[in-house]
Amino acid sequence: MSVARTMFAPVGGPLLTRPVKALAALFAIGAAIVLYRFVFGIGSVSALTDAYPWGPWKVLSVIVFSAFASGGYAVALLVFVLNRRTCHSLARAAILTSALGYTAAVVTLGIDIGRPWNFWRLIIVTGWNLHSVLLEVAVCISTYVVFLWLEMAKPFLEVWSRSDAGPLQRLARAATPILDRALPWIVAMAIVLPSMHQSSLGSLMLLAGPRLHPYWQTPMVPLLFLLSCWLLGYAFVMMTALLSSLAWGRRLEIAPLAVLGRITAWIIFAFLAVRAGDLAARGQIVVVPFTGYSVLCLTECGLLLWAGLMMQRTDRAPRPRQLFISACAVLVGGGLYRLDTSLIGFMPGAEYHYFPSAPELLVTLGFTSLAVLGYIVIVKRFPILALESR
Amino acid sequence: MVRITRRTAFKTAFLGAAAAVGATSAAASSTERPEAPPDALGLLYDATLCIGCKACVVACQDAGRLKPDTGASNGRYLAPDDLNARTRNIIKLSPVVDGESSYVKRQCMHCIDPACVGACMLGALKKREPGIVTWEGNKCVGCRYCQIACPFNIPKFEWTTDDSFYNPRIVKCELCHERIAGGLEPACTTVCPRKAVIFGSREALLKDAKARIAAHPDRYIHTVYGEHEGGGTQVLYLSHLPFDRIGLPALGDAPVPELVRKVQGTIYKGFVAPVALYGVLAAAIIRNRAKEAADEQEQP
Repeated sequence: MSVARTMFAPVGGPLLTRPVKALAALFAIGAAIVLYRFVFGIGSVSALTDAYPWGPWKVLSVIVFSAFASGGYAVALLVFVLNRRTCHSLARAAILTSALGYTAAVVTLGIDIGRPWNFWRLIIVTGWNLHSVLLEVAVCISTYVVFLWLEMAKPFLEVWSRSDAGPLQRLARAATPILDRALPWIVAMAIVLPSMHQSSLGSLMLLAGPRLHPYWQTPMVPLLFLLSCWLLGYAFVMMTALLSSLAWGRRLEIAPLAVLGRITAWIIFAFLAVRAGDLAARGQIVVVPFTGYSVLCLTECGLLLWAGLMMQRTDRAPRPRQLFISACAVLVGGGLYRLDTSLIGFMPGAEYHYFPSAPELLVTLGFTSLAVLGYIVIVKRFPILALESR
Repeated sequence: MVRITRRTAFKTAFLGAAAAVGATSAAASSTERPEAPPDALGLLYDATLCIGCKACVVACQDAGRLKPDTGASNGRYLAPDDLNARTRNIIKLSPVVDGESSYVKRQCMHCIDPACVGACMLGALKKREPGIVTWEGNKCVGCRYCQIACPFNIPKFEWTTDDSFYNPRIVKCELCHERIAGGLEPACTTVCPRKAVIFGSREALLKDAKARIAAHPDRYIHTVYGEHEGGGTQVLYLSHLPFDRIGLPALGDAPVPELVRKVQGTIYKGFVAPVALYGVLAAAIIRNRAKEAADEQEQP
């Protein structure tokens, strides 16, 4: 049996390109707003109220975008546990996106919470309220960020080991064998942690009880969130791979994407089956009465179903365009499911309304831009993207 | 041979984890509901007696040492329009339906099984003796999960630095626990001219409320709100209008945190599932690595 051994190589080229400058500008705007927030309080920049206390900083940056950034988790599961080596070429890019996405999420969380200087207390185990789902999520996500960067360390060590003699080179050469031995244990931990917190991100809203619309309030929410992070993670990996090959002219390897597409399709079908079965079991007929909530629910399911059917039909050589469109449909449909569960379906009372303010959205945009910028810079200087299999 | 035994081991581990999860789901579904502590203190508010004088709002403001909320009065009166970071207690007027309306006092309900306490990561919100829900600043990170959780919309957050210098607090009624410790009653019950809100042990208040319904069955809805709602609260309500019309949510008898405890308790019972998963994953990854190395050596 021949083994496809993947070669990774930096993209190279200048760093300060126009897109990088644009992303840096977006980040600068976000950072300025954050500065203002720390001087004048959260209320001075956000539209949040006591009735709607969670906005895009938690719901978009953490609950939705961490699912987009679940590619590293989902691909590691596929490549290292289920041994689908066809997809190995996607692993580094996927894990890098996760490391950057999760780091951005944790930083945004630090901006969102009112007393970030008390956050360190989470390391004091005796102070934990073990009934708090948010505690589990917070501890788990913070730990996972560390494991993601450990999982991601190899390409950095490869480059630094070959760099000019110096402390960095010595450190890299000393760390390489240790990391190599520890890697299976790190990778396993980097699968357990997101399995826990991605499902628990859904369980968070169980505590909202009847204040979450019954289309989304269900004891099945941990399973639905786990399935949704897989399908969103794979879709995001497909999208990044397609965009990267387009941006830097790498030859597109369609075989691993076709594998991902088919797997994503089956996860989508599983998700929709659980969703439909759960709604039916709880007697929720989504179209009666027909409200805005029905439209949202149907949009989520419709987009996912359409994308699933497209991906499932792709055989060994799908067209990149088709893959890209269906991946986008998954991201919108699955992202909307998480947004609805965590924010839009939340009903604190008919007299309260919420729409995020522009500064709130710009902060989320700014730190997301920083993550994208980080991806571009790292991919250009470190061996993240696959050349081609031989 | 070795491979087969390993595979069997994986299967056993998976089945074991599944069995553990299955078994605990049965156990979790029969969890007991917490009961009010025997000496639980609380309030009884009788909407039929309240004349809306707001003496309790002023007294609460005085006792709470918060800046006055002058609302839309341009700084002239204490005029909050809802509970907020400067207002722990308020008298509201329910919407008029068929010419009927009612005053309603709103403050923390001091739930027997509070959702906010279940939400709070480090136990800043705590149910202390005798059943009063209080907030402790140095354990709070300001995540506002309590505001998502509370079915009564009670905990309030200091959104701007006008109210707190960079250390926003969660503000809610703490049943004047400092006054109680000093042998006093809560500020609101001390000043009420009609005894529309009274202070006492939950047990005595419940008995009193039921006696009032029995004495004047024509005057009251025949339910004491808070006896069972949301697992029971230590603040109880009597009303002549249906409770949902005066702004109290229609909750079932189950405490709000019960569902999440069942679901998460089933998944994480004894922390067996995550540990088993970790073992299985690590074993699989190491095996795949060894296989890959062997395959590579076979190649010329």
